[in-house]
Amino acid sequence: MSSNYLEIIRPGINTTFQDKGRDHLYHIGIPFSGAMDNRNYLIANKLVNNNLDSAVIEFAYQGPHIKYSGEKINCAITGDVIFSIKKKDTEIEGKCYESYQIENGDEINIISTNKSVYGYLALGGEFDLKFQWNSCSINTKANIGSNDGKKLDVGQRINLKKINSNKDIKKTNYINTKIENIRVIKGTNFDYFSEEGKQIFYENEFTVSKLSDRMGMRLEGPKIDNIVNTNIKSEGLIKGVIQVPADGNPIIMLSDHGTIGGYPKIGVVASVDYDRLVQMSPGSKIKFKEINLSDAETLFKLYEMETQNLLSQI
Amino acid sequence: MIKNISNLGDAALYCDFGNEVNKSINSEVIKYFQTIKEKKFEGINNLTPSYNKLIISYDLKKTNFKEVKNYVENINPEDSIDINSKKLEIPVCCHENFSMDIKRLEEILKLSREKILENFLNKEYFCYMTGFIAGMPFFGDLDENMRAQRLETPRVKVPKGSVALTEQFANIYTFESPGGWNILGNTPLDVFDSSKEDKPNLINPGDTVVFKEITLDQYKNYNE
Repeated sequence: MSSNYLEIIRPGINTTFQDKGRDHLYHIGIPFSGAMDNRNYLIANKLVNNNLDSAVIEFAYQGPHIKYSGEKINCAITGDVIFSIKKKDTEIEGKCYESYQIENGDEINIISTNKSVYGYLALGGEFDLKFQWNSCSINTKANIGSNDGKKLDVGQRINLKKINSNKDIKKTNYINTKIENIRVIKGTNFDYFSEEGKQIFYENEFTVSKLSDRMGMRLEGPKIDNIVNTNIKSEGLIKGVIQVPADGNPIIMLSDHGTIGGYPKIGVVASVDYDRLVQMSPGSKIKFKEINLSDAETLFKLYEMETQNLLSQI
Repeated sequence: MIKNISNLGDAALYCDFGNEVNKSINSEVIKYFQTIKEKKFEGINNLTPSYNKLIISYDLKKTNFKEVKNYVENINPEDSIDINSKKLEIPVCCHENFSMDIKRLEEILKLSREKILENFLNKEYFCYMTGFIAGMPFFGDLDENMRAQRLETPRVKVPKGSVALTEQFANIYTFESPGGWNILGNTPLDVFDSSKEDKPNLINPGDTVVFKEITLDQYKNYNE
């Protein structure tokens, strides 16, 4: 049995292992999963000298309280997160985007994410996890991935099978920017909606509902009127698709989304804005802005370059 | 044949094979799906065949709409590889504990509970596709007088095993999940098994199934 491990004192609300996710499985109904906020996932790994596709602990709202046993290891938290590190005689307030060295008996207490949803805890090493279809990402709906596909639970022990020899402490000044609008590309059923409905979609604010999770984000606001048909023949979905069911309230597909759906698609969130979209907590206001495909492609390229730049500076 | 290719967002191709739902169009979709899957085009990371559409998603870091579209337009789909279709019997319990939407169906279809069950059970249905949630099969076609629309607001939680209807289709919820279909009963059968990475789905596109009614007692004892 491994002598380096974590014990979960408090699991938090929705704490899972996530990595890059799994592909080539939509046709049997298995979504990508993986870290919701990809950029923060990558930064977390880089800060502790991990391979960028290593598994991290993802949490939402209230995070886990963890006790570490074993030899010295680095840890880092990314996102907008309030946490503390408790050592033998002291307790320090933690800062995101900095790595810390922890040792036997130290505790990490992740109190909450701040005006955001997801945060990431990376440890400098490798968790001992089960892989399914080349990923340890936990999909709690289908019970796929490590930990029997279930959220982390109180009292649980998580072993590490490797600790990085590189224990350099790292830091970056990244700030999670908020954006005013979520940019979208017109959906394949855009013309199903009335002129007024289309106008409402682009000009009004929607509120993120508390019925949002890793599968989807439900929005509340003025109803979007459908004038053609409130159902379509079920067909493939991708993350970011905005479906509008008969009740007129949009639902945005997120990383654990259903692979097939039968509600008309009014739009699709541009890839460039996905990481920031998933961080919008219940009660946040969303406004959509239309962009075309070529702009979306260019903006994503720039976003990706920025991510690579950030990583190279760590 | 593909009638039209457009973009679904900035990271997927939307291939439209038409609006009708029938075995012939569905076979065309499957043919393209299998051909592209075999060829492993760099950057394509998922394929979602459905009744009459094929969604091809790709990694925007590796390729883009123009490249994938050009690729798809120039492939010759090979004749569908034999998919070894099976015939299966699905036990279903329609006790009031499970048939959550029977009243709604009675009202919409203007048929009695007995008539609805008689129309649904002991008939052969064809599996067009799997998905939405892991392993969920979509069957068709229900009789004309059995077709109801989805719920106005989808349920946040549909119980695992639910057998549900919408329009000319039936499905099985392999997990508890959100969903908007009209729930008629529940099967104790495990339709998806993630421990079998090669073949996690019990039912695959091309298979034929027949729903057989079981009692509540038989349901409770099924997995013992």
